Amino acid sequence: MQGNRVIGEAAIRAGCRFYAGYPITPQNELTEYMADNMRRAKGGIFIQAESEIAAINMVLGASAAGARAMTSSSSPGISLKQEGISSLAADELPAVIVNIMRGGPGLGNILPSQGDYFQATRGGGHGDYRTIVLAPASVQELADLTMDAFELADRYRNPVIILADGMMGQMMEPVEFHAPPPRRYPECYVLKGMGQGKSKFIRALILDAIRMEEHNWKLYRKYQVIAQKEVRCETFWTDDAEILIVAYGTAARIAKGAIKRSRELGLPVGLIRPITLWPFPTQVLQGFAARVDDFLVFEMNTGQMLEDVQLALGNTARIQFYGRPGGVIPTPAELAKVIAYQLRKK
Amino acid sequence: MIKKTIFAGFGGQGVLMMGYIYAHAAMNEGFHVTYLPSYGVEVRGGTANCTVAVSDEEIASPIASEPDHLVVMNKPSLFTFQNRVAPGGDIFLNSSIIDARPTRKDVQIHAVPVGDLAERLGNPQVLNIVMMGAFIRKTGLLPPEAFLKGLKHILGERKKAAMEINRKAFAAGYELQT
Repeated sequence: MQGNRVIGEAAIRAGCRFYAGYPITPQNELTEYMADNMRRAKGGIFIQAESEIAAINMVLGASAAGARAMTSSSSPGISLKQEGISSLAADELPAVIVNIMRGGPGLGNILPSQGDYFQATRGGGHGDYRTIVLAPASVQELADLTMDAFELADRYRNPVIILADGMMGQMMEPVEFHAPPPRRYPECYVLKGMGQGKSKFIRALILDAIRMEEHNWKLYRKYQVIAQKEVRCETFWTDDAEILIVAYGTAARIAKGAIKRSRELGLPVGLIRPITLWPFPTQVLQGFAARVDDFLVFEMNTGQMLEDVQLALGNTARIQFYGRPGGVIPTPAELAKVIAYQLRKK
Repeated sequence: MIKKTIFAGFGGQGVLMMGYIYAHAAMNEGFHVTYLPSYGVEVRGGTANCTVAVSDEEIASPIASEPDHLVVMNKPSLFTFQNRVAPGGDIFLNSSIIDARPTRKDVQIHAVPVGDLAERLGNPQVLNIVMMGAFIRKTGLLPPEAFLKGLKHILGERKKAAMEINRKAFAAGYELQT
């Protein structure tokens, strides 16, 4: 199945009952899939919104009313959604936002890229907030992480971003859908309409500075818990590695190809693949730095996750970077050359 | 074992369909597969390509830096991709409209007149399936029945009638001596 469609199917199976979207390549098949299939879900609603901004705000409304809600777009469209994402975070409402990244900045092009790392992991919109960011690297993981995204969003009442790119969205691979756990969430915040229990407010406009500060600290404490509990990371061929590549998503797939090639030549290289980009697997990296001196950050941008690796490792290791921005898909052979060069230099 | 193939040609020649059926058939035979299409501003008559990887273990990268097989349906694709084919690999070309031949000496070249064969069958649309007949025969990775089963599944109930001509097209390519 194709990556974009898999996200749609996984969302419906996970109990997503509200989807609003606006077309943009390379995520169109997801919107199309939801248009076709949302109606077979009991109570499912699909809306093609008049804009990306409308879509995210519809999601906010659906979420406030207690629905599992999702929207999706690609880079320029995600920029438009940031105001809504900031509001979701401030209102502490769960939602899943899918970003099938393409080349930027600006309208850029429609090819796979990882240029939105900063935007996704630093909140993206205004204000002091964080979003959980999941970075799948296979079609199977698109299915699994989409289901997990709804879980995480409910558990922390926070927007969750699925950060993939055009290649993940367009690629087809075999996939198996696992049964998601039943939905458990604190219903206390849900707005049910007049006459349905006590009146409640969901709002992010808090004019009193002290109360606003307290709200910020409350969010901060929640983010601390997430950072403690929800870090996910995969390691590949790290046992005897003398140089470790750090890459996520599509870049990690390419890196695995490059590592297989390099290993055939006897080069000791491994991979650390963050699955959650926020919270970032800082401690995992620090653990490896006790043993490994060289790290090579590999991204399809000019060096964004690089800064998180630098923050994690400081001066405890040598950190190199290799990247191809703008929608170019680097090949495993190309990266294998970089690995060989870095190892020769040592 | 991992075999990567690039299929390339004009949009409308069924280039993506070739890769899709092949990937589907390989998946049903128990292989790990990835299918990566080119996408976006493609139009009929423009260029299209896709990469299919088939392996008996997990596929690290779905991208082919050095494909084992290359299937080209038009001349521009031949020039674009011929230098990427791994030494000892195979190039399948649509000799009905490609008059040039690859400059590489270290690969096997299979010239298949798919356009002429499809024309002879009375349906020029099935030229891609003719090519797949030759491809499945020469690469030997999948039994022909597996491919036909994949094809039948993808055509589905609605296009049952199309199966007959496709079966003929596949046989024409499969039985061709090149």
